[in-house]
Amino acid sequence: MKDATAIVGIGQTPFAKRLPESEKALACRAILRALDDAGIAPSEVDAFASYTMEETDEVEVAKSIGAGDVTFFSKVGYGGGGSCATVAHLAAAVATGQATVGVAWRSRKRGSGARPWKNTSVQLPTPAQWTRPFGLLRPADEIGMLARRYMHEYGATRDHLFNVALACRNRANQNPAAMMYERPLTREMYMTARWISDPLCLFDNCLETDGALACVIVSADRARDCRQKPVYVHAAAQGLPAQHHGMVNYWNDDPLTGPAWTAAQHLWKTADLCPQDVDVAQIYDAFTPLIPLSLEGYGFCERGEGAAFTEGGALEIGGRLPLNTSGGGLSEAYVHGFNLINEGVKQLRGTSTAQVPDASTCLVTAGEGVPTSALLLRS
Amino acid sequence: MANTNTGVNTDVNTDTDAHAHPNAPAAPAAALLSPVPDDDGAPFWEYTAQGELRVQACTQCDALRFPPRPCCPHCQSFDSEWRRMSGRGRIWSYVFPHPPLLPGYAELAPYNAIVVELAEAPHIRLVGNLVTSPDAALNSVDPAKLRIGAPVKVAFHNTDEGTTVPRWLLERP
Ligand SMILES: [Zn+2]
Repeated sequence: MKDATAIVGIGQTPFAKRLPESEKALACRAILRALDDAGIAPSEVDAFASYTMEETDEVEVAKSIGAGDVTFFSKVGYGGGGSCATVAHLAAAVATGQATVGVAWRSRKRGSGARPWKNTSVQLPTPAQWTRPFGLLRPADEIGMLARRYMHEYGATRDHLFNVALACRNRANQNPAAMMYERPLTREMYMTARWISDPLCLFDNCLETDGALACVIVSADRARDCRQKPVYVHAAAQGLPAQHHGMVNYWNDDPLTGPAWTAAQHLWKTADLCPQDVDVAQIYDAFTPLIPLSLEGYGFCERGEGAAFTEGGALEIGGRLPLNTSGGGLSEAYVHGFNLINEGVKQLRGTSTAQVPDASTCLVTAGEGVPTSALLLRS
Repeated sequence: MANTNTGVNTDVNTDTDAHAHPNAPAAPAAALLSPVPDDDGAPFWEYTAQGELRVQACTQCDALRFPPRPCCPHCQSFDSEWRRMSGRGRIWSYVFPHPPLLPGYAELAPYNAIVVELAEAPHIRLVGNLVTSPDAALNSVDPAKLRIGAPVKVAFHNTDEGTTVPRWLLERP
């Protein structure tokens, strides 16, 4: 697997609270832009991967964009936990000869569409019988519960969570494509914002976005002939820890160690790199507390030190670990983390709007708190 | 085990300008959600209806497990029983949800939702609500009284839909 495949094309639509086109049309636009970016004809595509929550299936996408005969297709579960796994599945398929040109994508009208947690008939069965009747209704409530415990155990404060929100917002303020491009964030705005689920306020939560993104994966050999500088998939991993319970991970011995720990263990085992070698990170940020948890899980610091790690501008450009340099889910767009993948590619091409000088390695992670996945990319 | 049905997608949202009160106007006196038991969970709710808090236990290796499931993750036995708990525990964590929420909950917001670790088995934790009496509202306790580690005891509340849910009272109100 190591460096055997590369991302050679990326594409995206605009991001907005409301876009007029359908999710299917947005998916096709993002995919065709990614293929054009790579200089690969749609008829050469023979593999697809997306999320189980993706509403547009491979049949619709393939026949719309004019794909050729498709020999590999895969869907990954657990919402934003599947983002990096879409690339990982395609990398494995290409590396093992099951396909030659893979497209991963996510298209979602979460800005103008329905909030999933409002659907009571779908949401009530197992394990929601143990949580939702008590008013633990939304992902923000479920993660808020873990966040308060984390703050209690390790002395983390709202200022630590603000550090995360601010770093993402500062990068979005450099990125014209970001929904929050022209919206700076101050500490006073953060500290006086309305609560969503105390201890989490408005700015601890990701955006609601309409938009789509895609990327193209080919073999390292093929990548050398493509239009763009290849970004190699150095290592990839999924993570479902023993006795894990998803976002309501209250029912095991150690609820504060989540899927990041499992994915990280495999990722670093198979990589030539260690956490100290990572130049820039795109860490899944549906909620600010996921960042300190992930910093610990992926080995950037010890257990309980994730909040303190964010101090002193560590997550800003020039800091120890520049974070979510497009603005992330908190401030660029929330498309189940796919923008984090494409931003990782931009950093390693040297084309980010908040470029980390000479970045050659990037960690990209999927949702923490749910069965997850991660990619280690290198140029 | 995580399940795709439970809102694993991590979004609530946030855009400051986006409808400041997306849930308003709330429907009057909307009902709270009742548990929808699955095969594994049904006995738990049958016991709460009798005023008993019981947790599934393996009859081979004695390990308690929650949420209930068909077989024991330690010894793989399919034989289990439902063991009665004292109903005492401590608050492990808590949140105060604010809108946007489903209508019945929005009317009570901010209310508390808590996780209680059971005295007999601290790794068994139940989500619930801290209330001043079994039939009091989810927002009946002064938020300042909530703290991690506070001792609590179970009480049982009969819902309008005919199910019985555990609720929690402070040992020292
Ligand atoms: Zn057993």
